[in-house]
Amino acid sequence: MHVSFTAEELDFQREVRDFFETEFPDDIRDKVMRDIPLEKEDYVRWQKILYRRGWAAVNWPVEHGGTGWTAIQKYIYANEMATANTPDVIPFGVKMVGPIIYTYGSEAQKARFLPDILESNVWWCQGYSEPGSGSDLASLKTRADRDGDHYVINGTKTWTTLGQMADWIFCLVRTSSDVARRQEGISFILVDMQTPGLSVRPIITIEGEHEVNEIHFEDVRVPVENLVGEEGKGWTYGKVLLQHERTSIAAVARSKYRLRRLKERIAQPYHGGPPLAEDRNFVRRVAALEIELKALEYTELRTLAAVAVGNAPGPESSLLKIRGTEVQQGLDALFVEAAGYYALPFVPDQYALDFPESDRIGHGSETRTSLRYFNNRKASIYGGSNEIQKNIIAKHVLGL
Amino acid sequence: MDFSVTDEQTMLAESVARFIDNDYDFERRMRIAESDEAFSAELWQTFAELGWTAVLFSEKDGGLDGGPIELMLMMEQFGRGLLIEPFLANIVLAGGVLKRSASDEQKSELLSSIIEGSTQAALAFAEPQARFDVADIRTTATINGDAYALDGRKCMVLNGGSADVIIVPARTPGTKGDDGISLFAVPTDSDGLTIASYQTVDAQSAAELELSGVAVPAEAMIGGQGRGLETLAAVIDEATLAVCAEAVGIMRTMHDKTVEYSKNRIQFGVPIGSFQALQHRMVDTLMLCEQSRSLLLWAVMLSAEGDPSAAKAISALKYQIGTAGRQVAQEAVQIHGGMGVTWELDIAHYFKRHSVIELLFGNADFHLDRYLAHG
Repeated sequence: MHVSFTAEELDFQREVRDFFETEFPDDIRDKVMRDIPLEKEDYVRWQKILYRRGWAAVNWPVEHGGTGWTAIQKYIYANEMATANTPDVIPFGVKMVGPIIYTYGSEAQKARFLPDILESNVWWCQGYSEPGSGSDLASLKTRADRDGDHYVINGTKTWTTLGQMADWIFCLVRTSSDVARRQEGISFILVDMQTPGLSVRPIITIEGEHEVNEIHFEDVRVPVENLVGEEGKGWTYGKVLLQHERTSIAAVARSKYRLRRLKERIAQPYHGGPPLAEDRNFVRRVAALEIELKALEYTELRTLAAVAVGNAPGPESSLLKIRGTEVQQGLDALFVEAAGYYALPFVPDQYALDFPESDRIGHGSETRTSLRYFNNRKASIYGGSNEIQKNIIAKHVLGL
Repeated sequence: MDFSVTDEQTMLAESVARFIDNDYDFERRMRIAESDEAFSAELWQTFAELGWTAVLFSEKDGGLDGGPIELMLMMEQFGRGLLIEPFLANIVLAGGVLKRSASDEQKSELLSSIIEGSTQAALAFAEPQARFDVADIRTTATINGDAYALDGRKCMVLNGGSADVIIVPARTPGTKGDDGISLFAVPTDSDGLTIASYQTVDAQSAAELELSGVAVPAEAMIGGQGRGLETLAAVIDEATLAVCAEAVGIMRTMHDKTVEYSKNRIQFGVPIGSFQALQHRMVDTLMLCEQSRSLLLWAVMLSAEGDPSAAKAISALKYQIGTAGRQVAQEAVQIHGGMGVTWELDIAHYFKRHSVIELLFGNADFHLDRYLAHG
C-alpha cells in the first residue's frame, strides 16, 4: 500500500503534461480562460488533436483504438487534462454510444461507426428521456414499429444535450408493448439526424442558454441494420451505458482544478477590499469541501483499482455520481458567494469573443458564477437523479 | 499508488478478525465492561503471546517492524469488536513515546516489559485547562539537585488507574509555548502522586492525576531536556490515526447492523427497510463510511511514507470522523428506534465509543482549524 507514483508513472505524467502544454491550441485556451463559450468547431478540433495522439478514447479496449492504460495512468491523465483546463471530450460518442457499439454491436456497426467516433467526424447525442419519462425511464413511449426492412419511429425525446450540433442520435425506443415487464420490449437504435420526419426544438435553460433540446420523431424510417444487439434488449444495454456515464459525471479532477482556482481567487484582494481568505467562516467551508473532495478522489481511485482487476463499474458508480455532483454544486455556490454583488449582473453578452475584457462588469468571470450555479443544478438531476442513484444503491448494494 | 496489502498484513488482519469473531463476542465484552477490573488481564496476556503488542515496534526494540498500515488493520478490527483492552494507552501512546525517544536502557527496562504485557503504561497527554491542545502544559518540572520535582494536574489519562508507569509531560519553570517541555516516566507508587481512576462512558478507564512535588531522578527523563513536544505531537498524531481507524471499523459495523435490522424489523406489516425514507438515509451512511475509509487510507499511506503532509491529512480524517462518523452513529441509533437507546443492545455501546473518539485528541472543529493551520 503506497500513495506515491512510480518512476514510470512520473514519466507518464510529464509526457501528458508536455502534450497538453504544447498541443492545446492557444485560441481555444484563451476562450476557456476568458469564459467564452466554445463553438462546435473548437471541440472537434481539440478532439482530433487527441485522436492523432491516440488519446481520444482513454477507456476503450486497445483493439478498438483505446489506450490500454492502467487505472493510475487514467487518473494522471484526467488530472493533467483538468490542470491544463482543456475541454472534456464530448461524452456522447466516446463515452456513451461507443462502448455500447463495441460491446453489443455487429461487426458491420463497429466498422461503420467506431472510427468516426474516435476521429470526431460524427457528433452524437442521446435520446433517452421523454417528456413523460424522467426518472421513470422504463415508461418511455417513443415507438419503433417494424415495416419491412425499416423501423418507423414516432415520439418525442427531450433534454438532448447539444442535439443542435449532432449528426446522429442513439435512442431507447419501444419495439413491443406486449411484455411482462416494462423493461422488456425496449430496443437500442441509432438514427441519422438528417432522416426526414426528425426535428429539433431548442429548450432554453434557467441561465438563458441553448444547451438542451426536444427531438420529435414523426414517421422517421430507420433501416433495421441500425438496431444495436437484439430487439427488446435495449434496457440492459442502456443500463451499462448509464453506469459508464455516472462514473465520468463525478468529474473529480475538474473539481480539484476549480477548487484550486477558488482558493487563488479568494487569496486576492476583493475589489480593493481585504481578501475573502481572511473570512474565517468562508475559509472553513472551503476546507470542509476540500476534505470531502479528497475523500471522493480516493473513493474514485479505489473504484478504478477495482475496475482494473476486471470489475465493471457497478452500483458504486452511483456513489461517485451522487458525491461528485454534490461537490460540484458546493463549489458552484462558493464561487457565487466569493463574487458577492458581482455575481448578480445578468450580462452574458460580455463573454463574447469581441467584447473587450476591460469593459466587463466584475473581475474575470465573476458575473458568470451565478449562471454556472443555476445551470449546474442539473447535475444532481441528470444521468438518473441523485434520488434514483440512492434507490439503486439501496436495492443492489444494501439489498433492501 | 497502490491499495493492495502484503500477505503478512492480510494474515495480521485475519488473526485479529478471528479473535473478535470467536473470542470476543458482545456478551463477553459486556462481562468485562461490567466487572470490577478495568479490562481482562488474561486477554492482555493473550495479545502479548499472539505478538499483537509487538507489531508496532522495530525489530531492534523487540518488535515486528509494523507501521501505520498494520495499526490501521488492527484498530479497524478492535473497533468492530468494541475492544476494551488498553492497546491505545500501552502500545500507541506510552509505547509511541518510548519507541521514538527512549534511550536503549529505558527501552530494555520499560518497552520490553510493555511488549511482554507485564507492565501497564499510560501517557498523560492532557491537562484540564488545555482542552485539546497538547502543547498547553502548566505542569512544571523543577530541577532539584540531580532530580526533578513535578507539580501539576493531568486529566483523561487513559489506563491511568491500571498503569505501573505514567509518562508525564512537564515544563521547565519560566518557559512558554512549544519550548521547555520534557517527558518523564513516573512510577505510579511515587510519593506525591494522587490518581483518581474512573470508568469512561464507553466502559474504558481513565484517571485524573495530581502531582505534588513528585520526585523523579534525571534518568526518568525520556528524550532531551525541553525536547518533549515534538515527540508528544508525533505520538498524538499516530494515536489520532489509530482512533480514526477504530472509528471506521465502528461506523461500518453500525451501518451493517442497521441495514440488517431494517430487513427484520416489521412495522405496518412490512420490514422498515422497505421505506424509502430509511433506505436513502442508509445509503447516506454507506457513502459516509466509504468516504471515511478513503480518507483513512490516504492518511495511513502518507503516514507510512513519512510524508510531511501526513499531519494535515490526519486532521482532515479526524474532522471527517467527527462529522460524517457522528451522522453514521446517530442514524444507526435512530433507525434502531427505542432499542437503539437501550443498554441491552450493542448499537448503544458502539455509539458511546464513537462519541468518545469524536472528542479524543480533538473534536471536528479543532481539527478543521488545525487542517487550515497546515496551509
